[in-house]
Amino acid sequence: MFLIECPWCGPRDETEFSYGGEAHIARPVGGGHDMTNAEWGHYVFHRTNPKGLHRERWVHSHGCRRWFNVVRDTVSHEFLLIYKPGEKPDLPALPKSPEPPDGPGR
Amino acid sequence: MAEPRRLSSLADEPAHVAAVEAGIVMRQAPLHAMVTLRGNAGDPVFLSGVREITGCDIPTDPCRAAMTTDHAVLWMGPDEWLVVAPPEAGTDLRQRLRDRLGDDRTAVVDVGDALAIISVGGPRARDLLAKGCTLDLHPRTFRPGHCANTLLAKAQVTLHQVDAAPTFSVFVSRSFAVYLWRWMLDAGLEYGVQVLQD
Repeated sequence: MFLIECPWCGPRDETEFSYGGEAHIARPVGGGHDMTNAEWGHYVFHRTNPKGLHRERWVHSHGCRRWFNVVRDTVSHEFLLIYKPGEKPDLPALPKSPEPPDGPGR
Repeated sequence: MAEPRRLSSLADEPAHVAAVEAGIVMRQAPLHAMVTLRGNAGDPVFLSGVREITGCDIPTDPCRAAMTTDHAVLWMGPDEWLVVAPPEAGTDLRQRLRDRLGDDRTAVVDVGDALAIISVGGPRARDLLAKGCTLDLHPRTFRPGHCANTLLAKAQVTLHQVDAAPTFSVFVSRSFAVYLWRWMLDAGLEYGVQVLQD
């Protein structure tokens, strides 16, 4: 359990938020009427799923109900950057942290 | 010589023990008129219209509430507010706001029947709320005139600190009101709860 800094309300408990998947996925231009099935499949289902920094959407669902974006380190679960919709700041430098030891399932 | 009297061993004990002061005072607020208002806080016409109807300057800072003696305007989001007016304002409140603000750039929705208000105060009110709320309600961070949408005992609520007593207004969906009321009675048991009737 940790605090997430809502761009409007400030630090709030994690339970007030919901996760909204990868951020900055642009809708097909012009409705995508001439897109192939493969292109649609890519738009709807394919995600980058990185190990490391990930831009993603969160919503303060039990607070101000506003969407915003974060950059989260999927290894450490650390929130490195939080920004409002319409903004897209550069990725921060990945903090130097020791690589977790390999365990089962990794 | 007087006849010896038989006395109860407890005869000298006082007949009454002063009631312990209740740590929590709860009250069901009357059925206020309430309206959800959405609009542009940068639009002077919008701001002056709301001031005219409610007497309040719309709070543009997050989690702040403006109050007069009978109206309150609570920040719910960067373009959303909850307007609270006395019961006698009724559905008229929505109509007056809509007439004044127009409806092409604002949304005015009557939520008076959707929400219940529980007033909770007393010296232990913060302790009671802290049992079910992750928000820091210490006076250094949450003071009169502050409000917040948050979770209380897993129910979505709007907390509004009305005065420094402290007294809080808890806005909750009417379908959650009985649950939350009973949760608060139970949570307040150890502090002593006084329920005020109107």
